[in-house]
Amino acid sequence: MALQTKHRPGPLARKEAWEGRLYILPWLAGFVIFTIGPMAASIYFSFTKYSVLSGADWLGLDNYTKLFVNDRLFGLTLYNTFYFVILSVPLNLFVAFLVALLLSVQVRGINLYRTLYYLPVITPAVASALTWGMLFSGDFGLVNAVLQALGLPTFNWLFNPKITKLVFVIMGLWGIGGSAIIFLAGLQNVPRVLYEAAGIDGANLWHRFRHITVPMMTPLIFFNLVLGIIGTFQVFTGAYIITAGGPANSTLFYVLYLYNNAFRFFKMGYASALAWVLFVIILVFTVIQLRMARLWVFYEAER
Amino acid sequence: MTETSAEVPLALTGGRKKGAAGLSMSGLARLGLYLFLSLVCLVLLFPNIWMISTSLKDSPQIFAYPPELIPRPFLWSNYLVAIQKFPFFLYLRNTLVVTGLATFGTVLSASLVAFGFARRRFPEREVLFGVLLSTMMLPSIVTLIPTFVLFTRLGWVNTFLPLTVPAFFGGGAFYIFLLRQFYLTLPYDYDEAAYIDGASSLRVWWEIILPFSKAPLAVITVFTVLSNWNDFMGPLIYMNKPHMRTLALGLQFFRDQRYTQWNYLMAASTLTLIPVLILFFAAQRYFMEGILLTGLSGR
Repeated sequence: MALQTKHRPGPLARKEAWEGRLYILPWLAGFVIFTIGPMAASIYFSFTKYSVLSGADWLGLDNYTKLFVNDRLFGLTLYNTFYFVILSVPLNLFVAFLVALLLSVQVRGINLYRTLYYLPVITPAVASALTWGMLFSGDFGLVNAVLQALGLPTFNWLFNPKITKLVFVIMGLWGIGGSAIIFLAGLQNVPRVLYEAAGIDGANLWHRFRHITVPMMTPLIFFNLVLGIIGTFQVFTGAYIITAGGPANSTLFYVLYLYNNAFRFFKMGYASALAWVLFVIILVFTVIQLRMARLWVFYEAER
Repeated sequence: MTETSAEVPLALTGGRKKGAAGLSMSGLARLGLYLFLSLVCLVLLFPNIWMISTSLKDSPQIFAYPPELIPRPFLWSNYLVAIQKFPFFLYLRNTLVVTGLATFGTVLSASLVAFGFARRRFPEREVLFGVLLSTMMLPSIVTLIPTFVLFTRLGWVNTFLPLTVPAFFGGGAFYIFLLRQFYLTLPYDYDEAAYIDGASSLRVWWEIILPFSKAPLAVITVFTVLSNWNDFMGPLIYMNKPHMRTLALGLQFFRDQRYTQWNYLMAASTLTLIPVLILFFAAQRYFMEGILLTGLSGR
């Protein structure tokens, strides 16, 4: 005989459960209205010809075949975006980690430095993009002036398709404050006993860094890496403002191309197909990283 | 150990103030450290410095080559001109409305939702929290177009609604996650005692959880204010009418003339930066403390 004592929750527990559901309801409703609903709609749009003004005409797979077979710009924007992601993400992580290490020193006034280092993140993207545009200007830009003073060759940074993407990589470095502050928080939370124990065992600075700091930081490196890749694939504002995708489409990044299709040409269906392709690409990257995480991310024993 | 003594990074020393392995620095090393910190700081802040310097120059000096850092003379009047060149106060008001409402909505709803996830037990909790975490990895671009269509159909374009209403629906998975991680660290005994006294859960949230959460709430407030104040794509898509523009969006229209008036543009940029700068400095202590307290530290 199976035991019939299946535990029925008491009235208090049931009240608690309903309260819990009620508290999370705003998020759940938002999830349905602003995530699941739009995602479903977006799949549907991607199979149609749709401008907001007219109705949606079913096209079947036409958008996707056009995209993969006929659209030269699709391949180019994908190339531009991968180029940017592959250079920018590792570089930003590395520099952010170094900056966090530097900011973790315990000296008087360090909090002022921490605040100052975060300032670039606060600056409106438009303002910083335009400032960078000035600094890299071929005619009156400071970058060229400095290069010239040092006897180095100068470049027409924003008009030479071969190097425009590099300008964006350099500009991207300016926004590392966000990940640096997360690393900094992590560095401060590494249990001190670990360092003390290692010190007693005679481990030197490098060993402690290599075998305590780095492993303890891997969850945050992972966190910054995953979100960094997702964010960097969606690079938009700088290119929109400074170069508008030029010259010769060399800074036409994927989301900028998507934006142009959706909001300049009102090809909402085609843009939705673009969005789904990017989504799948990012998803593949994320899943690969989650799989790889087991190999290098260090988690403390479950608490 | 005196207060002024400097040390190499915690991560590099024994992590103690001055321990067996802690390297206490000599005066010279400390000086070198400050110099290095300042040098990196200068590099990082250089675009900001350039922005401010440009905002005070006259037009010929902007295009001088080689470029000059110090304005000659300091044209403070550029700021007055900049304010008149575009409807600064209207854009400021729009920005304040959007940022204020969105921040209020985010902090309120994220803390309620996090309370539900951290302090109330219900059967679906873990599954739903997993769903919430996975949405953090969802690129926002995939929902952009249908959301735009939805708001267009609702007639919300050129109103504040598209930029503020979504904030009241949890305010973003990341913030809920941060707060939930923090709430989990608070002992349940306080809640228990309040419930025994007959308090409602809403009261526990308001009178126990919130007062303990000043630092993490400060972090979320700063993050939300920054992201809304500086948001570009949202206003770009939803605010087509000039009178609805925010500051971050309005700045770029300084370039719509035949040539860019860099000094006025940079003056306006500086003006846009100042309010968030003040907020950030004011919240700085809470902000740094909060970053350390929240689940940001990993795991």
